[in-house]
Amino acid sequence: MRAIGKLILAGAVAMAAAGLGGCGEREQVIVYKQGKYQGKPDAQPWQNDPGQSLYTSSKWNKGDKASWEAALRTRNLGQNEYTRAE
Amino acid sequence: MARMKFLCDAERCIECNGCVTACKQENEVPWGVNRRRVVTINDGEVGAEKSISVACMHCSDAPCMAVCPVDVFYRTEEGVVLHDKDLCIGCGYCFYACPFGAPQFPQAGAFGLRGKMDKCTFCAGGPEKDLSKEEFAKYGSNRLAQGKLPACAEMCSTKALLAGDADVISDIFRQRVLKRGKGTDLWGWDTAYGKPGAPQAKPATGAKS
Repeated sequence: MRAIGKLILAGAVAMAAAGLGGCGEREQVIVYKQGKYQGKPDAQPWQNDPGQSLYTSSKWNKGDKASWEAALRTRNLGQNEYTRAE
Repeated sequence: MARMKFLCDAERCIECNGCVTACKQENEVPWGVNRRRVVTINDGEVGAEKSISVACMHCSDAPCMAVCPVDVFYRTEEGVVLHDKDLCIGCGYCFYACPFGAPQFPQAGAFGLRGKMDKCTFCAGGPEKDLSKEEFAKYGSNRLAQGKLPACAEMCSTKALLAGDADVISDIFRQRVLKRGKGTDLWGWDTAYGKPGAPQAKPATGAKS
């Protein structure tokens, strides 16, 4: 009889613990894991020889990022017709 | 250099679709795929009609990159968002995620099967040997590797569509709006475009451009 009483008590304690556990708050914000690019590597545009293509007026030194950026910046500023008209 | 961006001036766009045609021609884009298109609101209403040219905006925090289950997207040092077509499974998640409807899917079979995703590359090609036939076949022209800007912007007859380094093109746009004479009339103009050196941009008094 005492054993059954203990069993019932243990069961009640377990149920109370499980019930109270439901009252707790869990973190509900999903933490997204940023994916990593799985494809092939790509070359940078300044690694190309400027003479490799036809009909281009841009000039830069092969492999020199700064000179490529300067060439592209010149081209970029050509879009401003206010300065072109001056 | 900051980041490569497009900027379309709705005051100047005349809906000529020159940018769309230039893109199609430069990249030999297949039938049914539109990397760039012109969107018009209030079509036909005199004085209220506005057009804007839309393509991939090469977002700094691109939603397509975030949702792609096979991680085919990458961002170049110049801030151009590109993808590897060899790995693309054509699921279309990027199309749902993109707020601009940039990802396009060519019809690969007779029953409407989706092909591999195709989108604007900022004329920067893709992960193949630069200026090679393979690169052109998969991704189109690589104009950045030739020291050129995207064909759509360079072809734009009214220069409504600007492309290039974000700092440079926003400077061009800033100057343009000031010349128009409604610089500070625009809500939030100073906040968005005021330079640290000259925070209070004054509108010009001359005639509108």
